[in-house]
Amino acid sequence: MMRYGLWVATWLFILVVLVAPPAMVLSEALKDGLGAALATLSDPDGQSAIWLTLRVTVVSVAINTLFGVLAAWLLACFRFRGRQALLVLLELPLSISPVVSGLVWLLLFGAQGWFGPLLERWNIHIAFAVPGIILATLFVTLPYVVRTLLPVMELQGRHAEEAAVLAGANFWQVLWHVTLPGVRGALLSGVLLTTARSLGEFGAVSVVSGHIPGETETMPLHIENLYNGYQSVAAFTMAALLGVMAMGAVLLRSAPEWIARLREKKA
Amino acid sequence: MKQFFLALLRSNRALPGYRLSLITTLLWAGLLIVLPLSTLLVRPWQDGVSAMLTALRDGRMFAALWTSFSCAATAAACNLPFGLMLAWALVRGHLPGRHVANALIDLPLALPTAVSGITLATLYSPHGWLGEPLSRLGIFVSYNRLGIVVALMFVGLPFMVRAIEPVLRDLPHELEEAAQLLGARPWQVFTRVIVAPLLPALVTGFGLAFARGIGEYGSVIFIAGNQPFRSEIAPLLIVVRLQEFDYAGATAIALVLLVASLLVLLLVGMMRKRLALWSEPA
Repeated sequence: MMRYGLWVATWLFILVVLVAPPAMVLSEALKDGLGAALATLSDPDGQSAIWLTLRVTVVSVAINTLFGVLAAWLLACFRFRGRQALLVLLELPLSISPVVSGLVWLLLFGAQGWFGPLLERWNIHIAFAVPGIILATLFVTLPYVVRTLLPVMELQGRHAEEAAVLAGANFWQVLWHVTLPGVRGALLSGVLLTTARSLGEFGAVSVVSGHIPGETETMPLHIENLYNGYQSVAAFTMAALLGVMAMGAVLLRSAPEWIARLREKKA
Repeated sequence: MKQFFLALLRSNRALPGYRLSLITTLLWAGLLIVLPLSTLLVRPWQDGVSAMLTALRDGRMFAALWTSFSCAATAAACNLPFGLMLAWALVRGHLPGRHVANALIDLPLALPTAVSGITLATLYSPHGWLGEPLSRLGIFVSYNRLGIVVALMFVGLPFMVRAIEPVLRDLPHELEEAAQLLGARPWQVFTRVIVAPLLPALVTGFGLAFARGIGEYGSVIFIAGNQPFRSEIAPLLIVVRLQEFDYAGATAIALVLLVASLLVLLLVGMMRKRLALWSEPA
């Protein structure tokens, strides 16, 4: 009897707290029908926001994946002084408020920042421009690849790598042909988490972007703009699109499991 | 043991790429983390000590910090029973549709904060799906502190469930049966046999949700109402100060937030170590 009570209470809670928000996004977006919702996406500022978000995401994911893999190799294969401190440092962005993650870049490159006036003289714009948005996104998404790769690499041990080196492989060959194929799942997971966070980052980007529609507005910023301008259908349509992209990235992490299960069923 | 470590060191040397990966990692972390964060430590003193002291005496800042801290603590505390219920249902309760429920629990982490923000604000507004029935009961969620707590509960929930779940899974089922056989009442079984060993996990979940809550921005600002001294959170005040070009004021708040979240995580880390000591087989 108690068990049924728990089931009902749990599902009721899940429905009200976790299912209602995404359902609400869809219902608000489709309030005037699918056609009206899709029409809002043809707005030039909206399209420019989508493109900017995709560009920022591709750049951030590429840089943080490359350096994240190298950092995971360093931390998994070698013991050196300061390793613990480096581990803490690489996790730090996760515990910093998004707004602060944006603020630090303004303190560096803003008009009153350390390097801002100097770069201004050379006509290089970082704050309130796309480079600033990329830097802020890089900062908040930096930990994900290392964090997901490192435990798996440590679990696998280094025997395969050592054997490859004895057989004459160089660093890149070991990394590409031995290490990475063994940790494919974790790498994919880290890359997808970085993607999801890059797509949806709001606080940090909001501080450095300058909110110029059509130029420095990413999807989350454009959603804020539309919502505050009472363009509810457009805001929630963009929100639905962004939500589907980010949640799709997160859910795709289990794709290798699904594929394996499908293959098992066939066999 | 010593020999084991020596062997480990020697095998380390066998692998290539030490210098390359060290240099790239130090460059990456140095340019993207150390350099920007050093501004937080240096910048406040650049305008002189008196400017910093004026910034730190700002009453609106203390009100905003109090709002952030108290709402984050309240939300994390309210999440304790719900987190326990969800973790219990997933691990022990044989919940029908467990896999779907399990995936849904991570939803607040996956949903971009701006999306959660406008959605919660609409959902709990006086005309929203949940706000309308609540307002008839005289509970007004949006545009005050209750809204902040609700938003922070939403984003903090996954931290709580994921902190409790693994510990609950490792808790031997026999303990409860033994306690029952020895004549413990259900309430005693719950508090002494289930909650007691989960305490460190509950503290960890509370700490993680709290640390996330004091810095949260996107999911809160739409529902909060943002009235100075009443429902203005500290991260929003940073943004306000920046719009006023008051960099000293913005940096002062940022420094307090940073130190606070690092302290919370340090405490959580110490708690985790104790947890590891407890669960070590004798």
